[in-house]
Amino acid sequence: MLGYIVKRLISLAMSLIVASVVIFGVVEVAPGDPASFMLGINAQPDTVAALRTELGLDQSKLDRYLSWVGGMLTGDFGTSYTYRTPVAQMIADRMWVSLPLALYALTLSTLIAFPAGIFAAARRGEPGDLAVTGATQLGVAIPNFWFAMMLVLIFAIQLRWFSAGGFPGWDGGFWAGMKALTLPAIALALPQAAILTRVMRSSLLDILGEDFMRTARAKGLSARQALWRHGLRNALIPVLTIIGLQFAFLLAGAIIIEQVFFLPGLGRLIFQAITQRDLIVVESVVMLLVFAVIMVNFLVDLAYAVVDPRLRTRV
Amino acid sequence: MSRNLILGGLLTSVFVIAAMLSFAWTPDSVEAMNIANRLKPPSADNLLGTDHFGRDILSMLMVGARTSIAVALVAVGIGMGLGVPLGLAAAARRGGMLDEVIMRMNDLIFAFPSLVIAILITAVFGPSATNAIIAIGIFNIPVFARITRGAALSLWKREFIMAAQVAGKTRTRISVEHILPNVANLLIVQGTIQFSLGILAEAGLSYVGLGAQPPIPSWGRMLADAQTMVSLAPHVALIPGLTIVAMVLGLNLLGDGLRDALDPRLKVVRA
Repeated sequence: MLGYIVKRLISLAMSLIVASVVIFGVVEVAPGDPASFMLGINAQPDTVAALRTELGLDQSKLDRYLSWVGGMLTGDFGTSYTYRTPVAQMIADRMWVSLPLALYALTLSTLIAFPAGIFAAARRGEPGDLAVTGATQLGVAIPNFWFAMMLVLIFAIQLRWFSAGGFPGWDGGFWAGMKALTLPAIALALPQAAILTRVMRSSLLDILGEDFMRTARAKGLSARQALWRHGLRNALIPVLTIIGLQFAFLLAGAIIIEQVFFLPGLGRLIFQAITQRDLIVVESVVMLLVFAVIMVNFLVDLAYAVVDPRLRTRV
Repeated sequence: MSRNLILGGLLTSVFVIAAMLSFAWTPDSVEAMNIANRLKPPSADNLLGTDHFGRDILSMLMVGARTSIAVALVAVGIGMGLGVPLGLAAAARRGGMLDEVIMRMNDLIFAFPSLVIAILITAVFGPSATNAIIAIGIFNIPVFARITRGAALSLWKREFIMAAQVAGKTRTRISVEHILPNVANLLIVQGTIQFSLGILAEAGLSYVGLGAQPPIPSWGRMLADAQTMVSLAPHVALIPGLTIVAMVLGLNLLGDGLRDALDPRLKVVRA
């Protein structure tokens, strides 16, 4: 078990290092000098040079990379070129929208997919199963941002149950915040729920064909009892992987959904930063998202080892 | 022929034909604006209505199909063109340095949230259809590399490959002459699925303004433009959205149908 963890940790560190190099490299080759961009076309060369020094742009690439990574390790994400405020603070503020949104959506998607997948698997080939599989076919084909627009059209514009966008902040109370995140979370969750339902269903169907399930039936359990007692926990391993991957999709998907609902989250931050060529913000937010995804996958790997002891020896 | 194959094939061909047709003919010009005729619901003059500039939505969708199909198709081409040789090479020397490097790189690309990186690429190099293709294409590489490697590994254990080895063929030649034709079916099926994911990705990128730029019509941007009009004229959002759904659904059904038709034993990775 310890060997397994150490191996996973090494690969985790490698992934993070390569990821940071790639992100830094991509941003580095970006055309345009942030200092001249900030000061406009009429700026004096010496003003630009002074700003370059202030922003650290005159140092060598390696020095800048090291100070960027070193800074992030200590929680210092640099200073925004445009707003002159610490990037860490900007991210922290936006995080309180994006993270709850992703978690809310993840919860919804799991709550929909588990019953739907179990329902379909238990009725393989029957009308109920066909209805669920048909719905998932449709679910994976719907672009979530369009689905979001349709939700706004129906529940905000027609029925007026929710507001069409914006976020009151958590100061207005927990429920007000959750209400503002409800439509975005549904929009994010449904396509993911479709994928998760499929995985749940096919994973359960695989398990139902296993010998130990036949044994369970042979010792007198009903199909339903065997499913709940032995089938479900064994079917959970692939489901767990997908949930881990989905968190990544949800965090990234939130970027686009936030645009639909005008939510002040990381997505808005990233697009603002892009238009203002505030590259340090872009760089840091992207790195943070990649870090979150790699961490979640790492934790899922560890969770496997706990759920399935056989995996500890296999890397 | 299964129902999936027929329905999927039909839906897909409708869009491909519409895109082809748009090179020669569209019901109306996609550049001519007619503000007096804006946001009109579907009618005999404009079968699918008009947008906020009075442009014919059907014509916009037909030309937009070109963009979507071109972006997704080239992105699949990039993924296959680079991923398949990498997968073949990795399988030919199983467990070797090359295999290890290729698979680790694959894991790494998989670990990246593809949309975020696509945003990073298009943001840094400027939004355009070309950069959208590259951003989407990069994430197709590991998908094809992985499934090619997996299928090739099991083929390498088969007798006819051993016979070829005994006959003195090099590993590269065996990969090209014997392995590749035997994984082609699998690649076609996966290609269809990546194609549909590409359509969705392109729509997402152009919705946030990072895909094809005006005046080139694209489905994603039509939706972005429709967003503020949705309460006045729901059809401007409804119709392009349903178009995307129909195209993606068609490709997915086609992929499922092809898989069943070509080889029911094959399992396809849905990334």
